[in-house]
Amino acid sequence: MYICDREYDIIVVGAGHAGCEAALACARMGCATLLLTINLDSVALMPCNPAIGGLGKGHLVREIDALGGEMGKNIDKTGIQFRMLNTRKGPAVQALRAQADKQQYRLSMKAVLESQEGLDLKQELVEELLIEKGKAVGVATQNRAKYRAKAVILCTGTFLNGLIHIGLTSYPAGRAGEFSSVRLAQQLPDLGFLTGRLKTGTPPRLDAKSIDLSSFSAQSGEDIPTPFSFTTEKIKQPQINCYLGYTNPKTHQIIRDNLDKSPMYCGLIKGIGPRYCPSIEDKVVRFAGKERHQIFLEPEGLNSQEIYANGVSTSLPLEVQVSFLRTIEGLEQVQVMRPGYAIEYDFIPPTQLKPTLETKPLKNLYHAGQINGTSGYEEAAAQGLWAAINAVCKLRKRTAFILKRSEAYMGVMIDDLVTKGTLEPYRMFTSRAEYRLLLRQDNADLRLMGYGYRLGLIPAPQYQQLQQKRKSIKGELLRLKKSMVSPHEKELPAEIVIKASCSLAQLLKRPHVNYAHLEALDKKSPGLSADVIEQVELELKYEGYIARQLAQLEKLKQLEDYTLPAKLDYQRIPGLSTEVRQVFGRIKPVSLGQASRIPGVTPAAISILMVYLKRKRSSQ
Amino acid sequence: MALNSIQQAQVVPGSPTQDTIAAISTPLGAGAIGIVRLSGPQALPICQYLFVPAKNNDEPPASHTLRHGYIIDPQSKARVDEVLITQMRAPHTFTKEDMAEINCHGGIIPLKETLALCLAQGARLAEPGEFTKRAYLNGRIDLVQAEAVIDIISAKTQAALQAAVNQLEGGLSEKIKTLKQQLLDILALVEADIDFPEEDLEIDSLKQIATALIPLNQELDHLIATFSEGRMFREGVATAIVGRPNVGKSTLLNQLLQQERAIVTPIPGTTRDTIEESINIGGFPLRLIDTAGITHTQDVVEKHGIKRSRQALKQAELVLLVLDGSQPLTDDDRKIIQAATGDNKKIILIINKMDLKQGVDPAQLQSLLPTDEVIYLSAKQGQGLDKLTKAIVKRLSGSDASDSEGAIITNARHHQALIKTQRALKQVMATLEQGLSPEFVALDLNEALNALGEIVGQTTCADVLERIFSQFCIGK
Ligand SMILES: Nc1nc2c(ncn2[C@@H]2O[C@H](COP(=O)(O)OP(=O)(O)OP(=O)(O)O)[C@@H](O)[C@H]2O)c(=O)[nH]1
Ligand SMILES: [Mg+2]
Repeated sequence: MYICDREYDIIVVGAGHAGCEAALACARMGCATLLLTINLDSVALMPCNPAIGGLGKGHLVREIDALGGEMGKNIDKTGIQFRMLNTRKGPAVQALRAQADKQQYRLSMKAVLESQEGLDLKQELVEELLIEKGKAVGVATQNRAKYRAKAVILCTGTFLNGLIHIGLTSYPAGRAGEFSSVRLAQQLPDLGFLTGRLKTGTPPRLDAKSIDLSSFSAQSGEDIPTPFSFTTEKIKQPQINCYLGYTNPKTHQIIRDNLDKSPMYCGLIKGIGPRYCPSIEDKVVRFAGKERHQIFLEPEGLNSQEIYANGVSTSLPLEVQVSFLRTIEGLEQVQVMRPGYAIEYDFIPPTQLKPTLETKPLKNLYHAGQINGTSGYEEAAAQGLWAAINAVCKLRKRTAFILKRSEAYMGVMIDDLVTKGTLEPYRMFTSRAEYRLLLRQDNADLRLMGYGYRLGLIPAPQYQQLQQKRKSIKGELLRLKKSMVSPHEKELPAEIVIKASCSLAQLLKRPHVNYAHLEALDKKSPGLSADVIEQVELELKYEGYIARQLAQLEKLKQLEDYTLPAKLDYQRIPGLSTEVRQVFGRIKPVSLGQASRIPGVTPAAISILMVYLKRKRSSQ
Repeated sequence: MALNSIQQAQVVPGSPTQDTIAAISTPLGAGAIGIVRLSGPQALPICQYLFVPAKNNDEPPASHTLRHGYIIDPQSKARVDEVLITQMRAPHTFTKEDMAEINCHGGIIPLKETLALCLAQGARLAEPGEFTKRAYLNGRIDLVQAEAVIDIISAKTQAALQAAVNQLEGGLSEKIKTLKQQLLDILALVEADIDFPEEDLEIDSLKQIATALIPLNQELDHLIATFSEGRMFREGVATAIVGRPNVGKSTLLNQLLQQERAIVTPIPGTTRDTIEESINIGGFPLRLIDTAGITHTQDVVEKHGIKRSRQALKQAELVLLVLDGSQPLTDDDRKIIQAATGDNKKIILIINKMDLKQGVDPAQLQSLLPTDEVIYLSAKQGQGLDKLTKAIVKRLSGSDASDSEGAIITNARHHQALIKTQRALKQVMATLEQGLSPEFVALDLNEALNALGEIVGQTTCADVLERIFSQFCIGK
């Protein structure tokens, strides 16, 4: 038995996207941190699609960046196609997505981890959590080693009882080609955790050499790519194209003919899969009327022939995968390099977590990432960061770091997870955010960087820059509101017609007027940077709608701010129904706001709770 | 993706978010004096806005003093009722909040109208027990009473459930659920368009939405229009029998009631005060009001009676305007016809005493009241009453509301919720017209769904996701 001579502050188990952010944040906040992974060559691996971002997800990456996380910086260094989505829609629903060079992404992240002061990275398969007096105090591994720490963050992804299905054969694995953590999965229920089972799938990887790309339409990224990170000045690496093609009735026929070989359709798979990411089998069956489905060919890297066939996730046997792919125009000769597969894995339903992501059954144990039933690299990374910050805050006896639903997509996600749990792999959508107009990707820095700075995750110069930006925005808004234009102004651009004198701010509010249009009129413009101008424009143009959201927010504020005691005995509250008592007892909401969002809780139940608390408080 | 405001926590009645609540606080009963009570930060401003003091030199309002005056509809400038108000400043009030009480005198209709005006000014209809609950939460009531408050609230859940079930039985519940489903489908379309820009969803454009909203808006208008019909069923249609003295109004009342309720004599000015009785005609509940004959007089008592007659006429929904067929039209007759035709009331013109020799010129009548039906009858002998009954049924069922296939809004809270929905949908249309991006449309749609949710339960994020994934093949 090897007993590590160092006592760590925090051990992070798993070096996927959650684990990497968690470990970096802990170390950067000054904690002695140990990051354990089953395989040092698959740190920050992207086992599914080679892309970061998208609607909701891109927002998360920006938020991670504003809090000093690594994901945005890492994709900026290794992204090979950047696109801003929804550019024809409003600012709140625009989001970045980038194709990643998978291997570069992984290597680059590994280099960051290795060079991080205060962080040790080791290859170990964790088999057991060490528990003393209801507290997590370390881990024991397959190499018969013990590591001790004050807190443990579990970021084990799909590795708990992972089971891969290809056709009717299945084998235990965490990802294709890797072990799964069977022992740890056995221990968690013993420690009092309920577990659930989910499923996800991935499409086959094709050999670029065997594809006739001229049958597909090329999709290029932006000429001048927009970076994710607020710190990145420019994307330097070469950019590539992706390709779009379609399935056809012949493809669908082959899939239909072979449904009996699909582990999902013959009942082998018990886990629940995501509705937003169905297998091609599912699409063909559920949308039988649709004559074609999209297939996106996405290169997995600059130096790789592997092509990710986005849109045809499948768990059919390899021979069926090959034959349906070959019905697709341009793929007649295709060679599959890795088959698609489905994977089932255990998750720990996140209603067993506090809003800090600390578990309710065990102190100083935190869960982050896919173990909580989420899907997606970005969702995982955000949770890793969140859990790490809270673990450190707890060690230092500082107040918990909980962003509100009105402050960040992160706040929306964590609140959803710990309040409602999830039945399918949870993915972020912008529509989950009730304050969507406030939570834009363009203002993540203004929303969150102050927190990042105070937590010690954002360096002082970066914070000063932010404060400068804030000041410029404020000053410019004031200036525009005061600068008046007369209808007799000679330099009035053709597209602007005014009847009475009005302010520049009023002009900017008009739908088709932008800052550049004002140039001729505005002699005193202080020459601002593009990001300041962007914020000024948005603030003016969407003032009315933003005000509406703020008003909604104000209405619910007192409910959100009304905290509930952790030790409240719900069984003793008269007037509550048995079901509501049980659900309150299980979720242990931290505020009346959270309590009111629990499924099945009525407004009357909240009233009763409030009256009860008031009485208790005044009788003390 | 139940978006935006949808998923937000429901506003809990009486939560520390102190909105202003209003309710009628005396049990409803015909003729009783009723009080509209307000509590919350807007209580005094709302009351002040609707109230006009009787005396111009009315002192600036001191707390806790009674003031005499009128409630005026701020839009039509019409006098709703003569009232006494009390304005009470926090914290020395029952709820420890600013409170106002409006004592109405004119019976149920003005009472309800006063409440409606308060709601239109931003007050929220109070939940049962909510004044008491606020009193408790603000520390006004002692601890012993707390259990009782909890009982009120939890009993309320049961009662409210039952009430909701009763209310929503029949066509209404189905109607509103369908509306909600249709809105949800539209929202799913908008949300899918936002969150899945790279899927080929075949969503044409936002124009599609505008088209889909038109029938929805119409349906909503219909439902809202049924509210007055609903009120009619709850309270009975206020029906005034008016005419100059001695034309046979009381005789007609007695005939309709089939009992000697009012005194009948050949002396003009027999009826001195209004007489009210309930009666069911062809399924319609009527509050039948016999009035003192309207004429020019010096008699003090009669003058007072006539004042009441005019008030009854003003508040009536249906007017039975009685003329004496045995005599030519008088100036009084003409004045009464003019007064009755003022504001869009349902009028049935009755020529009484058809058993006697006729002295009224039908052509003259036509010019005075061209569109309305004329019923010839003899109240004394009971002739022609069936024609009158038929005419009443026809007038009352002929409202626009009745094409809403039986669904009727009777509950003020539901009515309010539908009006909010309607407002939000108007906003959706405006947003679409301006060509704004779909997330703004979603914001408005969510507001509409929230409002409908107050009647049939809130839409959750899960509901919207469910709609998206069943309607569209998502899966890049
Ligand atoms: N011949 C005849 N006499 C009638 C008829 N209806 C009422 N009268 C008589 O008209 C007189 C007045 O009847 P009322 O019913 O008291 O009249 P009113 O309109 O209530 O009168 P005021 O209360 O004074 O305003 C009585 O003598 C009735 O008997 C009718 O249809 N035919
Ligand atoms: Mg009479």
